Amino acid sequence: MTDRSAEPGGDETSPPSNGGTPSGPGWLHRVTGVSERLGRALLVPSLALLLALVVGAVIIMVTDVDAWQLMGEDPGAAIGDMFRGVWVAYRELFLGAFGTVRAVSETLFTATPLILAGLAVALGFRTGLFNIGARGQMFIGGLFALWVGLHVELPAGLHIPLALLAAVIGGGLWGGLTGLLKARTGAHEVITTIMLNFVAAFLVLYALKTPLFQQGGSNLPLSSPIMESARLPPIFGSAFRVNIGVFIALGAVFFIYWLLYKSTIGFELRAAGFSPTASSYAGMNVAVLYTLVMFISGGLAGLAGASMTLGLPPYTVTSNFPGTIGFDAIALALLGRSHPIGVLWSGLLFGALIAGGRTMQAAAGVTVDLVIVMQALIIIFIAAPELVRAVFRLKPTEAEPTQLTKGWG
Amino acid sequence: MALELRGITKRFPTVVANDGVSLSVEAGEIVALLGENGAGKTTLMNILFGLYSPDEGEVVVDGKPLELSNPSASISAGIGMVHQHFMLVPVFTVAENVILGIEPLRGLDWIDKKGADDLVREVSDRYGLSVDPEAMVEDLPVGVQQRVEIVKVLVRDARYIIFDEPTAVLTPQEVEEFFEIVRGLKADGKGVIFISHKLREALEIADRIVVLRDGRSVGEADPATATTEQLAEMMVGRPVLMTVDKEESRPGDVVLSVQQLVVLDDRGRRTVEGVSFEVRSGEIVGVAGIQGNGQTELVESITGMRRSLAGKVFIGGEDTTRLGPRAIHRLGVAHVPEDRLESGLVLEFTVAENIVLNSYYDDPYSSGIRMDWEAANGASQRLVDEYDVKTTRVDVPVSTLSGGNQQKVIVARECDRDVKLVVAAQPTRGVDVGSIENIHARIVRQRDEGAAVLFVSSELDEVISISDRILVMFGGRIAGEFNPETATKNEIGLAMLGSGAPS
Repeated sequence: MTDRSAEPGGDETSPPSNGGTPSGPGWLHRVTGVSERLGRALLVPSLALLLALVVGAVIIMVTDVDAWQLMGEDPGAAIGDMFRGVWVAYRELFLGAFGTVRAVSETLFTATPLILAGLAVALGFRTGLFNIGARGQMFIGGLFALWVGLHVELPAGLHIPLALLAAVIGGGLWGGLTGLLKARTGAHEVITTIMLNFVAAFLVLYALKTPLFQQGGSNLPLSSPIMESARLPPIFGSAFRVNIGVFIALGAVFFIYWLLYKSTIGFELRAAGFSPTASSYAGMNVAVLYTLVMFISGGLAGLAGASMTLGLPPYTVTSNFPGTIGFDAIALALLGRSHPIGVLWSGLLFGALIAGGRTMQAAAGVTVDLVIVMQALIIIFIAAPELVRAVFRLKPTEAEPTQLTKGWG
Repeated sequence: MALELRGITKRFPTVVANDGVSLSVEAGEIVALLGENGAGKTTLMNILFGLYSPDEGEVVVDGKPLELSNPSASISAGIGMVHQHFMLVPVFTVAENVILGIEPLRGLDWIDKKGADDLVREVSDRYGLSVDPEAMVEDLPVGVQQRVEIVKVLVRDARYIIFDEPTAVLTPQEVEEFFEIVRGLKADGKGVIFISHKLREALEIADRIVVLRDGRSVGEADPATATTEQLAEMMVGRPVLMTVDKEESRPGDVVLSVQQLVVLDDRGRRTVEGVSFEVRSGEIVGVAGIQGNGQTELVESITGMRRSLAGKVFIGGEDTTRLGPRAIHRLGVAHVPEDRLESGLVLEFTVAENIVLNSYYDDPYSSGIRMDWEAANGASQRLVDEYDVKTTRVDVPVSTLSGGNQQKVIVARECDRDVKLVVAAQPTRGVDVGSIENIHARIVRQRDEGAAVLFVSSELDEVISISDRILVMFGGRIAGEFNPETATKNEIGLAMLGSGAPS
């Protein structure tokens, strides 16, 4: 009973957008000059962010213990305190993300691996693959880069590119393995990538305890510092953490954009993502495409891993260097509608939220966990666009195809 | 006693789907609602069924106006609907599906399964539906699933029953059975609305025909006197050629040669069992047969989408048995696939992207790894104009086009090059009358330009009118060869059932 209703009749119930003037937010176009198509793409994410901020504000108010104690004596002052609390928290959140050079540096630095890993997941989505394995691919890519950073002696001009290349290969092989398993045996990528995440995590833990990586005299799974020549150079001097990794991420965004929309391979990848049957009909080799896309996707995640092993002072690597980035990447790809440019913006947004959240915790006493709650809320609102439309009483537009993933079988 | 729609208008943001439409059906009457895809039939029926509320006008049942805003109100008013795509739970039994939502209870919370079975049996017997209440729905053929839907409607005491394109999914035999059932419903005093775009069926079954075009009712016709030509003209708004206009064929060299081909289906059954035939340049060979007799697998095997188990295929003298779709396409084979939504198009892609779907990798659409979208868009625009594809631009998703125009996109893509062989599988299924005319003319033109054409269809009338030679498939074999000029429909029909004279 799951048909794609473009059969006769189906097209009558949802009238086509004749004349290419769908009922979009015309006001948005008039106010911002943003083209209507882009405007429609941005509308729901923007409103989702707004809603998340509102819900976050409610949470801050409800958890404002001091204000609640005041409530019995002076409700007016208590409510005033609550609003002041929200104002201070959000002000600090914003200033922590954009207010100073350091804030901008932190935002960009945090965003770098998020963008790269987000691209990895988004590329998978575009091809109909649900790559949950960004975390594992980050581990392996990062480990490969670490090895180059520790053991290969080269001038910086060559050392960094070689380490990055190693990361792409490491992550690519780890991801490609999943693609190959899917193409050859039909193993579902969700299962294999989740399992390979564990394998990768413990492989890295093990590796960091071998003399090949472990810091001399230490018993912890902690690497020696990598050579100076392999460290990603900071952009604004060593006082600020943001490094050239942010350019690599930017380059990756445009490369993936070009690959998807301007190249024959991207055409094949997108076709296979939307309709494997039609792709086979058109003579594409869907199995090869699955392997290829998982290699590229893994390579991107590998770069994200390398940005953590080569770019994070003090340049010693711990056993959980990907943190939660591998999973944040999934949320990020969803928020960015699996479009490279969308991923860039949502990566910057998440980077800003996390960087600002740290300041907010320090300055306003609101824990950084609130930021994680808000990230989750944004995703929920994105995943339920009808909810956002209902809240803001928007007219339904025709479904804009966002490729997520096909089935689970 | 009648169900009436009075002056229904329904506007959507960009179109007026129904514009002052009035329609009525009496108890014991069959009204056919004819119209092309996009004429507003489905919108009208969704209003009747309470899925949409009309902007203007009202629905009146037996003299009482209805505030219809939801399906349950429609159901309790005695309106039943059999949807084009069945609303059944595949892993439930027939009886379980029938009682879903109106479960008869025994005790506090115990579903009365036996009562449900008896209920289904009783309704089934009364109307000659012969459905087994205990059968699992997923095991049933489509025709029987449809009868389950009819049982559902009857059990809910519907007095007016709407069928939305009920014959689209049925084999010719099932259509006959279906018509018998509908006549039985009529005899029992039910009012029936039969929505279709098939002219002959409307003429055969209806007491009255109402034609809808562009959201407006353009007139009524009496099936006793109307002709298919008249109805087609009402539907399309211009005279339509109902038969294929073509010259005598002049067969040339053999282009396609299939020798003792054996093909398995997805479940590993031998659905093509030693088939041999030839198609020459300049002739159209029609393959008739009830769906599921191996035509699908035969076509997939010839076009490289499915490996054959044994036998050989030669195209233009070259052995293509082991070649894939791309290699075969490059030999000059145009393939209009049976399932255009699954195989023929990437629905999310734009018209232009679909036009270059199987030639993107080559000049002029790409150089090296770089796509040349300007070239692709330019070529697409030219094809859209030339093949009369109705779309506003070439960069809109192909899913926004009507079925007929989607099919024209495929035909344009496949035929706009030097074509040696055309393999067209069910190219007019679900396609409106105007587009059928257009697609047939294209295929005949390919033949006249020297291509060999293999034309597979389960519509016997269509095969007879377009083919120069007819092969009938039954049980995976060629069950007969006929000359469309001399053979009768009856002879061919018998061969399709496996009881014709072997060739």
